[in-house]
Amino acid sequence: MIWIDTIIQGVLLGGLYALFAAGLSLVFGIMRLVNLAHGDLIVMGAYLILLLVTMTGLSPFIAAAIAIPFMFALGFGLQKFMLNRVLGDDILPPLLVTFGLSVVLQNALLEGFSADSQRLPTGALSTASVEVGGINLGVLPLLTFGSAVLVIVALNQIFYRTELGRAFRATSDDATTASLMGIKPANIFAMATGIALIIVTIAALYLGMRANFDPNIGPARLIYAFEAVIIGGLGSLWGTLLGGIIIGVAQTVGAAINPEWQILAGHIAFLVVLLIHPRGLFPRAVD
Amino acid sequence: MMTDHTIPYAVHTGTPVSRIVGIAALILILFLVALPAFASRSLIQDMFFILTMLVLAQFWNLLAGYGGLVSIGQQAFVGIGAYAMFGVVILAGLDPVPAILLGGVVAVLLAIPTAFFAFRLQGAYFAIGTWVIAEVVRLLTSQWKAVGGGTGTSLPRDATRDLWMTETIETVFGVRNAAARDILAYWLAVILAVATIGGIYWLLRTKRGLALAAVRDNIEAAKSVGVDAVRMKWTVFLVAAFGTGLTGALIYLQKARISPDAAFSVTDWTAFVLFIVVIGGIGTIEGPIIGVIVFFVLQTLLADYGTWYLMLLGVIGIIIMLFAPKGLWGLISARTGIELFPVRRRLTGGALSNSKPNQEET
Repeated sequence: MIWIDTIIQGVLLGGLYALFAAGLSLVFGIMRLVNLAHGDLIVMGAYLILLLVTMTGLSPFIAAAIAIPFMFALGFGLQKFMLNRVLGDDILPPLLVTFGLSVVLQNALLEGFSADSQRLPTGALSTASVEVGGINLGVLPLLTFGSAVLVIVALNQIFYRTELGRAFRATSDDATTASLMGIKPANIFAMATGIALIIVTIAALYLGMRANFDPNIGPARLIYAFEAVIIGGLGSLWGTLLGGIIIGVAQTVGAAINPEWQILAGHIAFLVVLLIHPRGLFPRAVD
Repeated sequence: MMTDHTIPYAVHTGTPVSRIVGIAALILILFLVALPAFASRSLIQDMFFILTMLVLAQFWNLLAGYGGLVSIGQQAFVGIGAYAMFGVVILAGLDPVPAILLGGVVAVLLAIPTAFFAFRLQGAYFAIGTWVIAEVVRLLTSQWKAVGGGTGTSLPRDATRDLWMTETIETVFGVRNAAARDILAYWLAVILAVATIGGIYWLLRTKRGLALAAVRDNIEAAKSVGVDAVRMKWTVFLVAAFGTGLTGALIYLQKARISPDAAFSVTDWTAFVLFIVVIGGIGTIEGPIIGVIVFFVLQTLLADYGTWYLMLLGVIGIIIMLFAPKGLWGLISARTGIELFPVRRRLTGGALSNSKPNQEET
């Protein structure tokens, strides 16, 4: 019974990792860009929510809703004025620019908020739980997982049901031809990064409510997100959710055996999948 | 060299400037070797830092700038090289100086499985893949209790006191043991830096270096003329791992204290190195040399401002990448046409050239 409990906790943790990963997966799918500052943007989102909560006393959920338009604008601007300039066949410039951005964000947060760990106030929510079939499930982990599923459903709806989604897919397939059909790839890319930062804000909300955070934890979140994307297969959002779940389960099972093995077990699960299925479990994109 | 006796030709890489540079480099090396005779201990330590960062930057540049392998996991090789050195000194009682070589060998042994995994990933995913492997190695090293686990350990006192050659240095320069150790480490760093720059320059001028440049510029075209791209990637990755491991062991010989978080630090051994190469100019031997000087000046001026310093470094890196992707050396080279380490092949003689062939100078 204890093992079933551990695995279910791992699955729910995987929801959080899928939220970390969904934005990364979206941006990669559309413009083949890996944003090395992704983890630091999540941490920055958590600080923005914290700032709004302490200034206004609102609930973190409402604060996150207020933060979303700002984060969207930040993503849009970041892509339009900085990242679009370095997109191209050479992978080096975008990697180095986003790596530089990661270092800048991390140190700006350190300067602004110090290295002390912080947490978003959750009140009774953090301890609330429901009993399902003899297993106690935390309400917050359930909410996280539910949000991850909702985000992925919403992204799939955007992709396959809207004009914007059609533009996303067209630009992803062939940006030059898409631009002949009246689509401006630069704006499409900016929209994609804007939407990715909306997901980043949702991820930041749950990150900040579930655990302590400080300015240095961004790179580790990037790594979990990246592992989830690779395990799932590039370009598949449901694959990304499964990837998150695999990392989450590996971590909780590892931690149940020896607390020092938690992170290591997640990485090893990733390497095992890479060994067996180099292109992930549900590869869709060709590259 | 000659394949056709009717049309003699010759291939050169040297230029008049590069010959002057060669002589200047020899003088500089002699000066660097003689430096401990009149320099203060703190200058020797600064020079040690500059030289070791330069070596790390040259190897990262070889990987990313020439091999197209953008790794963010080079700290794995710094750390494992240093830990291998500590391991054999503490557990087997070996002298730390020969143990440095072992650091390089162990780094290569780690690089083989790393490459096996990481080469399954392309481009940007390769970058994060190497980072994951570096994290795995860091976490595993934290479990190694014999070298202090997560908190780390120091080199045993008698090992550092009786270090190879230090007694001679003590008597010749009339310094204490700790200063003699710094001088020894500094000399090893000079040897390592000269060997690295010389070795990479030699590699780039060989047939294999030409193949490497071809793979970097266009992998499909390179394959079509018979270049084994996979073998080139393996060669570059293993060579860089060896050099990075050696440097890691040398850096921690001088520090004499190690911990997993410091030895596997992504900021110290990869972020700084990456900025040095980007600021100086990626894909050139001159770039990392300029970059490390800029980096050291910035650090000396701004070290008291901690986080602001790192932010500034990040911003400079971003600006260079956006507006001058060839770095400072690229700007200088484009204006003046100077190449200190020319690798471009120039053809003289032959059917299409009017200039006189010079058969001696091949």
